[in-house]
Amino acid sequence: MTISASLKKRLKYFNVDISFSCAEENMLVMIGPSGGGKTTIIRMLAGLTMPDEGRILFGDEVWFDAAGCINLEPQKRRLGYVFQDYTLFPHLNLFENAAFAASDKKEVGELFELFKIGHLKKRKPHMVSGGERQRCAICQALARHPRLLLLDEPFSALDVITRRGLREELKSLKGSLSCPIIYVTHDINEALFLADEIMPVVEGKNDDGWMQRTTSRQSEEGSPTRGAREPRLALVY
Amino acid sequence: MDYLALYVTLKLALITTVLLMIIAAPVAYLLAYYRFPGKSLLEALVYLPMALPPTVIGFYLIIVMSPKGFVGRIWETCTGGSLLFTFLGITIASIIYSIPFAVQPMKAAFSKIDRRLLEASYVLGLSKQATFLRVIIPNSLSGIAAAAVLVFLHSIGAFGVLLMVGGSIPGETKVASIAIYEAVETMNYSAAGMIALSFIPISYAFLLLINRLNEDSRT
Repeated sequence: MTISASLKKRLKYFNVDISFSCAEENMLVMIGPSGGGKTTIIRMLAGLTMPDEGRILFGDEVWFDAAGCINLEPQKRRLGYVFQDYTLFPHLNLFENAAFAASDKKEVGELFELFKIGHLKKRKPHMVSGGERQRCAICQALARHPRLLLLDEPFSALDVITRRGLREELKSLKGSLSCPIIYVTHDINEALFLADEIMPVVEGKNDDGWMQRTTSRQSEEGSPTRGAREPRLALVY
Repeated sequence: MDYLALYVTLKLALITTVLLMIIAAPVAYLLAYYRFPGKSLLEALVYLPMALPPTVIGFYLIIVMSPKGFVGRIWETCTGGSLLFTFLGITIASIIYSIPFAVQPMKAAFSKIDRRLLEASYVLGLSKQATFLRVIIPNSLSGIAAAAVLVFLHSIGAFGVLLMVGGSIPGETKVASIAIYEAVETMNYSAAGMIALSFIPISYAFLLLINRLNEDSRT
């Protein structure tokens, strides 16, 4: 199934006006400066924010259509959403969190093993590290068999090493997922490492030149130029 | 000592607390999460019993519950009995008298919950009702417990409103605070002193509990 969206939304400082689509087994990475409307776009896909105009189609299912007054509730979209910061339920332990909406509890156990947090099942979210919490959040999203996976800067609050590890785990996991994945980040290296397709978003609009401008500006400033010009190398830094 | 009056007091306070928790939870939810026209008017109305003299509340309850009043008439048609001077009558009075003490702490506890948790729950497929039961309630238990303790304490202390609506029928509407008043009126100071003394440990213990709950909710 392919998700395709064309969205318009008036915000305080700029307007979101963007169209894109993402096919199954594909990862679309939305990249751009902070405060550029990326999270708003993801929230519109999830049904948490209502666009002013536009349409969201998942296959031939209409999730949102301003003209037809259709707005499917987030509950009915059956998607996985990993938020920017940890939104695990504080009253539940990690296993209960991941199994919160899962149909098959056994599978949650397998996901925990896959993400190497099997030994932390009984811990509450505040008793584990940030990386472990985000691993659990990914398990929670996957345990529901999502039709679309949304990841909103899932690793941005983590230290570099944990982040790199998780990024690699996600990349290896990607092959086994059949749903479309939309990943939001402001980190160019992360985008280049993970993406099948990259969509730069600046002030709510698709800005294809942004990557090039940013990397060339970095080279003018004399920052890690080689890394910027040769993204594969940047992963080494 | 008037054990019967103490029994009626505790029974009344317990029933008031349980019923009020159930009634106040949706009201607190509405006030904590929704914006609608007239919200501040509704909120002020909910808190009004806190600002009115108990005798004023009692007066209007008599008007409404009397056989000629709106509620009293319906009740009489249905059951053939009266609401005034009955245990049910003082239970209704006690609930109305304590509503603000249930709604206010619950609303505060609900408002403190991170909105993103609710959104996470919706995205995971839970309806608003299921989210209320599975996310909001478990994460505001200390606020709910604080509300319950406050309502319980407020109910055992009620006097004016109950006297007006229920009078002083032993075993039915004569609560401990009324028993103390009557004992003092008849110069029976030792009987008054005994009942009065029994209040102090109960109230003190519950206040300690509230402090404990407040500390828990802060951490």
